[in-house]
Amino acid sequence: MEKATEIARQVKEKKISAAAVLERHLKTIKEKDGKIGAFLEIFENSAMAQARAVDEKAAKGLPLGRLAGVPVAIKDNMLYKGHKTTCGSKILEGYVAPYTATAVQNLIDEDAVIIGRTNMDEFAMGSSTENSAFKPTRNPANTDCVPGGSSGGSAAAVASGMCPIALGSDTGGSIRQPAAFCGTYGLKPTYGSVSRYGLVAFASSLDQIGVFANSMEDTALAFSVISSHDPKDSTSVEYPQGDDLSGAGGLKIGLPKEYAAGSGSMDAEVTRVFGETISRLEKLGAKFTEISLPHTRYAVPTYYIVASSEASSNLGRFDGIRYGLSVKGAALSDVYKKTRGQGFGPEVKRRIMLGTYSLSSGYYDAYYLKAQKIRTLIKRDFDEAFKNVDVILTPTTPSPAFKFGEKTSDPLAMYLSDIFTIPCNLAGLAGLSFPAGVSKDGRPIGAQFLAKPFNEAVMFSLGSELARAANL
Amino acid sequence: MNITEKDVDYIAELARLELTPAEKKLYAGQLAGIFGWMEELNKADTSSIAPTTNVLGLENVMRADIPVTFEDREAILKNAPDREYDFIKVKKVIE
Repeated sequence: MEKATEIARQVKEKKISAAAVLERHLKTIKEKDGKIGAFLEIFENSAMAQARAVDEKAAKGLPLGRLAGVPVAIKDNMLYKGHKTTCGSKILEGYVAPYTATAVQNLIDEDAVIIGRTNMDEFAMGSSTENSAFKPTRNPANTDCVPGGSSGGSAAAVASGMCPIALGSDTGGSIRQPAAFCGTYGLKPTYGSVSRYGLVAFASSLDQIGVFANSMEDTALAFSVISSHDPKDSTSVEYPQGDDLSGAGGLKIGLPKEYAAGSGSMDAEVTRVFGETISRLEKLGAKFTEISLPHTRYAVPTYYIVASSEASSNLGRFDGIRYGLSVKGAALSDVYKKTRGQGFGPEVKRRIMLGTYSLSSGYYDAYYLKAQKIRTLIKRDFDEAFKNVDVILTPTTPSPAFKFGEKTSDPLAMYLSDIFTIPCNLAGLAGLSFPAGVSKDGRPIGAQFLAKPFNEAVMFSLGSELARAANL
Repeated sequence: MNITEKDVDYIAELARLELTPAEKKLYAGQLAGIFGWMEELNKADTSSIAPTTNVLGLENVMRADIPVTFEDREAILKNAPDREYDFIKVKKVIE
């Protein structure tokens, strides 16, 4: 597995060419992706042009960016000018991006090579990538299993070495859950730290672009590149100085008792790996404290009301008039209804119905407003907890990757697989899933750090220490 | 919680979604289950709690009101399913 930091160093030192790096990765994709299905499209021509441009800069002795020649995949919900973006949906078939998302532009500005767009659950709604309108993506560790979702393609691409870094988006766990299932690092940055300009909106108060990589160092590097204050996203902010915390020694790590209580349904292998992770951190000098997040039980239903309500509003723009699929009808309202009825898949329609109902007259107070109030309580739980601890540790998911079809007929069972990842989005925290171990049958298992907003650094430092300790 | 197919028709109309009879039946059952599960939220006392709309507490982020021309208008128009000259064509809505 090639590291992004290493590729960038060698390209800068002209030990390898960006074109050669790209060709190696394209070869890996050709060998593996027929079986895995991580990519919806490879940007072979534009990627090669970018790689050659990087090599020309190097030949002229011009300074190169921090991701010089590093192939990066983007989730199919991020715009890249002149390239297709479909959000894993038939309703956006044929759509060509008229501009580039800020996070993607930040990568390009640091001389990264955008290698292709990856498969996802339609409009990022799902936890297995089975809701893609185009094809399934398989888990590289066990191809009978899903890669997780909704950023399943990005996770699978990084886990199988097709590219060292991929971008994903995380609304309720869509980066951390597939990272755990595929055995990669997955970062959900603090809300507001990465611009959402050019990210197709799902639930605007929760969505955040983040990173998949195979090492802590690569994850931190990619995050530092994509994080920026962008006037084009009014919810993005200048990244403030975080707390001065580094090194596991003396750090206080919180273990939420409600997460352990909910572990009746937790897989025994996840429990075992989680215990081992705690021991490793204790050996590094971290101190563990039990904390309480009393409103945890409300997090998943609160999330599904808030996210679906915002989605039902955001997805109103897909009407058959401005872009994508357009189904003919006698009147304008028929064009809307037929286009949306035929263009959206079952899960997207279910969530639009859920959100529309929650926002409709007579139900708004009981559902949407109620959920927003409980969101305040959930956020306060974390504010209280972080008065006593520096970081929170949880399993990323209650089980390792599940099999195809296992949860498709029961939307509630699928929703509950995000139980440990959702509270982070509701509270706007930083979250990192890291590879913590494997099950007896070889499926990866992740664990998750949660940190106060704008304290990614403490998670990176803990992640690096754990990785170093594991290599000894 | 009970959600009838009539309720589903009403929500689908608000959402401008054409659903097949099979979908209506499926969603009536599934939405009833999901909303039933959401009734759990009624157990939380929120009588004195303000709603959270933005986790960072940002309010009214302003910018100078200066028009900026988009650099590639044609790229936007090309995506329109139906256009005439530099306009996106929409069916007549006024009788």
